[in-house]
Formats: sequence, structure tokens, C-alpha cells
Amino acid sequence: MNEILVVAGLTLREAVRRRLAWALFLLTVLVVVVTGWGFERFVALARQDGIAEDQLRLGVSQLLIMVAFMFSFVLAMVAVVFGSPAIAGDVESGVALAMLARPLRRSSYVVGRWLGLVAVVVAYAVVSGAMEIAVCGWITGWMPPQPVTAVLFLAGEGVVLLTFALALSTRLSMITGGAIAVVLFGLAWVIGLLGRFAALFGVDALQQAAAASQRLLPSDTFWIGATASLEPTHAQLAQAGFAGSIAAGRFGPFYVSGPPAAAELAWAIGWIALVLVAAVLLFERREA
Amino acid sequence: MSDAPGAPVAPQAGSRTPPVPAQRDGVAIRTVRLEKRYGRTVALAGLDVEVGRGEAFGFLGPNGAGKTTAVKLLLGLAYATSGEGWVLGAPLGDLDARRRVGYLPELFRYQPWLTAREVLELHCRLARLDGGRRPDAIATALRTVGLADRADDRVGGFSKGMQQRLGLGVALLGPPELVILDEPTSALDPIGRQDVRRIIHELTAQGVTVFLNSHLLTEVERVCDRVAVLDRGRVVATGTLAELLAARTVSLRVRGLSADAIASLGRFGRIAAPEDGRLTIDGLAPDSIPDLVAEAVRLGGRVYAVEPQQRTLEDRFLELLESGRA
Ligand SMILES: Nc1ncnc2c1ncn2[C@@H]1O[C@H](COP(=O)(O)OP(=O)(O)OP(=O)(O)O)[C@@H](O)[C@H]1O
Ligand SMILES: [Mg+2]
Repeated sequence: MNEILVVAGLTLREAVRRRLAWALFLLTVLVVVVTGWGFERFVALARQDGIAEDQLRLGVSQLLIMVAFMFSFVLAMVAVVFGSPAIAGDVESGVALAMLARPLRRSSYVVGRWLGLVAVVVAYAVVSGAMEIAVCGWITGWMPPQPVTAVLFLAGEGVVLLTFALALSTRLSMITGGAIAVVLFGLAWVIGLLGRFAALFGVDALQQAAAASQRLLPSDTFWIGATASLEPTHAQLAQAGFAGSIAAGRFGPFYVSGPPAAAELAWAIGWIALVLVAAVLLFERREA
Repeated sequence: MSDAPGAPVAPQAGSRTPPVPAQRDGVAIRTVRLEKRYGRTVALAGLDVEVGRGEAFGFLGPNGAGKTTAVKLLLGLAYATSGEGWVLGAPLGDLDARRRVGYLPELFRYQPWLTAREVLELHCRLARLDGGRRPDAIATALRTVGLADRADDRVGGFSKGMQQRLGLGVALLGPPELVILDEPTSALDPIGRQDVRRIIHELTAQGVTVFLNSHLLTEVERVCDRVAVLDRGRVVATGTLAELLAARTVSLRVRGLSADAIASLGRFGRIAAPEDGRLTIDGLAPDSIPDLVAEAVRLGGRVYAVEPQQRTLEDRFLELLESGRA
């Protein structure tokens, strides 16, 4: 346990020393300021046109989901960028030689790396998400129904990608592992989007493909959870006069009908654990 | 000690600690037919070596001989294709044994964003050194490798030689019972090389075993008690330096030997064209010069001088590689 914490601590220290933590924080501030300005303009223009507050909030809620959508993409990329050199980088540079010759279990090394990076990714997701939602609420008066859950789901999506990239990094070079993780994430993301369109138009085959891809790389499960927590509630929709579209299931491809089922969420969390175990097993026989 | 009934009665001399098994006692490293293949490349073709505790052992060989591969197998960094081995009494890769081993890799890289002191601190933790003993161990290591005044600088800003010195310091933490150095002077200046020799002498004086990989023969010649010469994954010679370098050629200044007598001395080795009063014999068996001289005297020769032709390790090394490849 102790050695896991040593490796995790080393990873955190690297993030700070390499000014990674700072860079992420400053970029977050930049994003929040720019989107905050966008929210402000949107609300000001809508009020000029005399749009009702209820409808205006709905508009903001959709904007916020768009921002979250972009952010989830950025977070996934950040997770891949952190995860893919985590182990391959040490092996390629030779830093791993001296470390692994110590009485350090390979499993502790992998799990320690993972813990450290999870801490960085989750902290990034939480700080950015909280800042964004707070600024949105402050400027527009719209607060999503479950901001905390939304942020946690976003963090979960980052952890999925991070774990996947880390597992690839136990055997593949940084570039190869990173490229595979990015492409597969993009694929899962597009299939998920197509699946929601398919639901809109009732195309079964596409919906099944989306469900299968969600099993294989469950980043989309967490994205659905995040969206569900950012969407206005049914009551809020009805109040703004959108009850009819919900009944028809047509609120657009971003619209999800609710959080992921418990079984799906359990699978996504189990998937993270399984991939981490696979990473340990793969690294066990890796030669430094 | 076990008090179980029926357990064999061990001789107990007072309250002295029980004797450790022979395996752990005298032998630091032992390998039996250790083999490593990378695809079709045979990096090690059945390595058999034994290194005694407290010995300074030189592992010599040309580029690509398999020296680094052997070290990686010893440390559990790579896995053998077949064969077995023990380090400090434990099978290859054993975690607990690794706690007592210091290692300077051929490719010495340490986290560039840490300071020298922090790298040493990290390795103290990984080696499971008690917190209380760390500051001392770190200070000693820094002093020994001459980095005390750069201790709080980032490793990323170190010169190559300074990084190798740091690696040497890392290998000295523990304190180790076995230190494995893979080409420890590859980046060092003459002073650094001298420092390494001093460090190795100090280690062996304290009973620490040193396993030194090198192709720098003078380096090995100066510090090692015993060497093995490796070529293309195989040990082609092993022994003490005296054994390896033993004179195989002797020149005698001798008079009074008949042609027959000279010919009969041919059983000791090849006789080079005898000139007047000088007889050179080549390819002698180890330790056979006294017998040769006695025989020459018995045959009626009057011996004025015996001049063994001392060889350098370099000559011997090249000779071994040539004969191995012939
Ligand atoms: N990871 C690897 N993959 C493929 N082949 C390897 C690998 N590591 C070593 N080899 C091969 O094994 C052989 C022995 O290499 P090794 O590094 O042990 O040599 P060495 O004696 O340390 O040489 P040098 O003096 O140059 O350091 C070489 O033929 C090398 O190409
Ligand atoms: Mg080598």
C-alpha cells in the first residue's frame, strides 16, 4: 500500500513540477471567462427580444450542455494525453529501470500511476466543472438540477479514458497507445451520437450498435449521466411549454431520457476495474 | 528456533544466531544455463556464473555480448527464456532480495523534474529504508559521488557525467549487499573513474559484492578479483585475473641442452625456433613453469634466466574472442 502511495505521490508531484497543473488551471480560467462572456451576451440579447424567463433558462440549459459536451471531449483528450505516456514514457526513457529494480511490485507501480493520474483528472474535472456551472448560474440565473452529479459523471468519463490509455501504455509506445485511445474514443463518441439520432427516428440496428459500443468503451455511459444531470427537469420543461416534444421523445440528439440504468453504470465502473487489472497483468511480463 | 518434537537437533553453540544456509552464505549470484532469446537473437546462450560474497566480479565482453541482458535477468527487469538463477540466495526477481541490491543501469535516467536529493529520497522509500535512516544515507551517498554541492538542483540540468554519478549514489543506498554496475564509467571523466575505483574498493572492503559490467579492460583489471569473459551470449573464460593472465609463454636463457633434450621439452608447449642460448616456449599449461625449469635442469641444462612473458588483459581478451569464434 505504502509503495502505491509513493508512486501516486510521485505522479502528482510530476504534474505540479512540470507546471501541468498550472497550465490546466489557467486554461480552465480562460474557458470559463470566454463561455461566461458568451452566456452574458446570449441572455442580454434574449432579454432585449423579450423572451420569457422560463424559455430563456431552457436556452441556457442547452448552451450549458453544449459547453459540457465540448468540455467532456477536452477532458477525454487530457486523460489520454496523461495516460498514454504514464508507463510507456518511463520505460522508453529508462527511468523505469532504476525504479523497477527496487523491491517495487509491478502491480503497485501500475496502480500507483493510475491513482495519481485519477487524482489529477478528477481534480481537473471537478474544478473546471464547478467553476463553469457556478459562473453560468451567477450570470444567467440557471442552475442545472444536479450540478454535483454532473461533475462526477464528467470525471468518470475522464477516468474511463485514462484507464484505457494507461492499459495500452503498459505494452505500446506512447504515440501508438495514445493514437489508439483517441481514435477509439472518437468512434465510441460518434456511435453514441448516431445511436441517439437513431432513437429519434427509430432505427433499431444503429441503436443496438450504440449499445454494444457503450459496453466496449463506456465513456458514453458517463456522458449520458452528465447530460441527464444538466438537463432541465420535466416540470421545468412543461412550465416552458415543451411537454409535447418530450412525449414524442424529440428534444434533439443531446436529449437523454434519464440517467444511465444502474446495471449500465455498474458495468461502466466494473469495466474500469477490469481494465486496470488487465493493465497490471500486461505490465507484469513487460520487459524494461 | 523450532522446538517442535522430532525436529532435527541443530547443534547450538550458546545463544549464537543460527547459521544461514550455505546458498546465502557464500554465494551472491549463481546462474545455471540461463538463456535469453529476443525473437531469433540469442542474447544469452546458457550462462553459468557464480559470484562469491564480497567479491569484485568483472563481467567482460564486447558490444552485444549479453552483459546488460544478464544484469536485467538478475534484477527481474527481463525474464529468462530458460534456465535459473539466484541472487543473494533468492530466485531471480525476488522482491525481498532486491531490497539488498543496488543497481546502476547502463541507461541511467532519473526523473529530470526532481532534484538529486529527491531522487535519492524516492529510492530510499522504494528500498523501504526507515525514515530515520534516510537523511544520513542520502548525505553519505551525495558525498561519496561528489554531488553534495548540487544536491538541490534539478536532475534535468545535470551533465551526463553528473547523472551517472547520481545513479551511482542511488545504487549505494540501502545499504546494499550486492551492487550491480553496468558500465559505470561510460560518461565519467578521469577523476570520476578514479572515484568509481575508490568506491568499489570501499564496498568490497565492507564485504559488499560488486558485479561490474564493462568492456573497459583497464578498469576491470584494476578493481576486480575475478572476471568472466562473455562473447555472443556465452562465457568463454572465467577465473581470477592471475589465472586468466597467467604467463602462457616463457623465455629461458639456458645452455647445455642437446637437440634431443630441447625436443623433449616440447611436451610443455610449442617451442619457438631456438636460438643460441635462448629457448622460447609457447602455450604452457597454467603453473607449469617450475616443472619446465626442473626438467630443463634434469636434462643437463644450465639455466641463467627465466622470463615469463606477461600479457595484458587486452591481449588476452582479444585472444579469447578470436579462439572462441574460430
Ligand atoms: N529488448 C531487446 N530486444 C531485442 N534484442 C535485444 C534486446 N535487448 C538486447 N537484445 C540483443 O541481445 C544481445 C545482447 O545485448 P546486450 O545489451 O545484453 O549486450 P551488451 O553486452 O550489454 O553490449 P554493450 O557492451 O554494447 O552494452 C544483442 O544482440 C542485442 O541486440
Ligand atoms: Mg550493455
